[in-house]
Amino acid sequence: MSAATATASVATAPAAAGEGRIGLRANLRHIGALARRNMLQIKQDPESMFDALLMPVIFTLLFVYVFGGAVSGKGHQQEYVNYVIPGLMAMMGMNISMAVGTGINDDFKKGVMDRFRTMPIARSSVLIAKIVVEVGRMLIATAILLGMGFALGLTIHTDVLHLAAAVGLSTVFGASLMWIFILLGLTMRTAQAVQGVAMLVLMPLQFGSSIFAKPTTMPGWLENFTKVNPLSNLADAARALVNGGAVAHSVWMTLAWSFGITLVTAPLAVARFRKKT
Amino acid sequence: MTTRRLTDNGGTAAVEVRGLVKHFGATKALDGVDLEVRQGTVLGVLGPNGAGKTTLVRVLSTLIRPDAGSARVAGYDVLTQPRQLRRVIGMTGQYASVDEKLSGRENLYMIGRLLDLSRKDARARADELLERFSLTEAAKRPAMHYSGGMRRRLDLAASMIGRPAVLYLDEPTTGLDPRTRNEVWEEVQRMVADGATVLLTTQYMEEAEQLAHELTVVDRGRVIASGKVAELKAKVGGRTLQIRPTDPDQAAAMAAAIGQAGLDGVAGANADPAEGLVSVPILSDEQLTAVVGLVAARGFGIAHIDTHLPSLDEVFLAITGRPGEGSGHGTGAAEAAGTARTDDEQKMEVAV
Repeated sequence: MSAATATASVATAPAAAGEGRIGLRANLRHIGALARRNMLQIKQDPESMFDALLMPVIFTLLFVYVFGGAVSGKGHQQEYVNYVIPGLMAMMGMNISMAVGTGINDDFKKGVMDRFRTMPIARSSVLIAKIVVEVGRMLIATAILLGMGFALGLTIHTDVLHLAAAVGLSTVFGASLMWIFILLGLTMRTAQAVQGVAMLVLMPLQFGSSIFAKPTTMPGWLENFTKVNPLSNLADAARALVNGGAVAHSVWMTLAWSFGITLVTAPLAVARFRKKT
Repeated sequence: MTTRRLTDNGGTAAVEVRGLVKHFGATKALDGVDLEVRQGTVLGVLGPNGAGKTTLVRVLSTLIRPDAGSARVAGYDVLTQPRQLRRVIGMTGQYASVDEKLSGRENLYMIGRLLDLSRKDARARADELLERFSLTEAAKRPAMHYSGGMRRRLDLAASMIGRPAVLYLDEPTTGLDPRTRNEVWEEVQRMVADGATVLLTTQYMEEAEQLAHELTVVDRGRVIASGKVAELKAKVGGRTLQIRPTDPDQAAAMAAAIGQAGLDGVAGANADPAEGLVSVPILSDEQLTAVVGLVAARGFGIAHIDTHLPSLDEVFLAITGRPGEGSGHGTGAAEAAGTARTDDEQKMEVAV
C-alpha cells in the first residue's frame, strides 16, 4: 500500500492550515460526526430510547388518572389534563437531560474519549453533539406526550405557534440543564452515583413546583419554594402558552434561568472535560 | 514534507523529551525523563507496571500536562502547541479506544470525518484500512462483538486514519493471547516499514526486541538505561558461547578441558550432559576464537557452535536488580510475560 508516501504528506497538510484553530465549519462537521455516533449508538441499543418513548405515556396516564381526580375532583380529570400536560413537558425535559450525565460518565469508562481528546477537534464538540442528540430525544418525548394529551382531551386554547413556543421553551430549559448533568457525569465516579444524585435533586424540584398541583394549596414555606423554583416558572409559562393568560414574566424568567445555568455550567463542564484524566 | 519540517525545527528527532516530570500526589509517575525518538524508527519504552510509561504517552498526546520539563513531537510543544500536535499524532491505548456500539466501518468513518476528510474520502479510507487490517468481513458488526485481537486491530486502524507522523502504541499487546499478539506485531512492523515513527511502550522484553530499534528502560519514573537493543544487551554482559560436541558424551570432558586451559579472561565452562552441550561465557571475539581453537586442538569434534546475547529479561535484572516482570502485575500480564519467555526459548532453538 502507498502508506509510506501518504504518511508524510497527509500528516502535514492539515497542520499547514492556520495555527491549529478549529474553524466554525470544521467544528460543525465534527459535531455532526459525533452526533451521528450518538445516534448510531441508539440504533444499536434501542432500549436506550425506552425512557423517551414510554415515560410520557406512563406519566400522563398516572398523573391524569391518579392525581387528576384528587386535584380537580372525581370526574373532572379533563380539566387536570390541561393543567398537568404543559407541566409534564417541563418535567420531561428534566428527566431526559438526566440521561446525558449517565451517558457521558459511561463514555469515560471507555478509551474512546481519550481518542477524541487527542484529536484535532474542539473539546466542546463532543459535549455539544451529545446535547444535540438528547434534544432530539426530548422533542420525540414531547411529541408523544402531546399525542397522549390530545387523546385524553387536551385542548389548545391559544394556537399552534404558542404551543410550539411552549415546546421550544421547555427544550431550551432542558438543554441548559444538560450542562449541569454533564458536569455531574464528569465529576462523579460511576453512572449509578450520577443517577442517584440526579434523582435526589430532581424529585424535590419536580414535586415542589407548580407542575402537578397549584402551589396555593400547599403550606406557606412550600409555596414560597415553588415560587423560586425555575421548574414552576417553566410549567407556568408552558401552561399559559397552551391555555392562555399572562406569559411574559414566566417566559422571561425561564429564559433567564436557562441562559444563567448554561453560562455558568457549560464552561465548567468543558473545563472539566478537558482536565479529566 | 514531514522531513523538512522536522529539520526546520532542528535535528531529526520526531519526539524529544527533556526532564519530564509528572507527580500524582506523592507518586512520581515521571521523575525527570529524557528521551528521543528518531524519525522513522521505533523506540521501545520498556518497564514494569507503574514505571510511568502510560503517563509518558498521556503527556505526549496532550491528555495531561507535565509538572516540569518539555516535550516536542514533530517539532510541536505539548504545552504551547497542543492543537497542532494533535494533528500529527495517532494513539492506541492499552484499552481499545473505539466505540464499541459502532461497527468497525462506522468507527473509522467517524474518525475520518473528525479528521476533516470529505464524506467520500472518509468512506474510502475506512474501507482501505478495514481491508488492510483484515476486518472487511466484520466491517458491519458492532465492535463489541469483535474478538480481542480484532478490536486491537481496529484500534490500530483508527490510529492510522490520519496517517500520523508519530504513532504512540501504549502496551499494544497487553492481555492478548500469543497468536493475536503476533498479528498485532505484524501490523506494527508493516506500519514501520511504511515509514511511521513509533513510540512503543511495553513490559514484554520480547516485544521490545521484536519491534524496537532503540530502547529506553524506565523504572519508577526514571530512565535507567537507553540505547540500541544489542548495545544494551552488550552493556549488561558478554555473550554465551554454546558448543555441541559431535559425541554428546564428550560434553563434560570438553568443559573440563576449557576450564583447565586457563585461557585469558575465560572463567570456565559448564557442561550440560543431558543436552550434550557446553556453555562458555565470553567477553570478546578473541576469546571466542581462542576457545574454539583450543577445542579443535584437543581433538574434540564440533557439531554445532552458537553464541547468543543475554535476553532482555536478564538485561532488566542486571540494570534494576529486580526481575523484568516487576511485582504488581495482573494475571493477564503475567501470563503473557510467561508466554513471551517460552517464545524466546523457542526462537533460540530455531536459531540453532
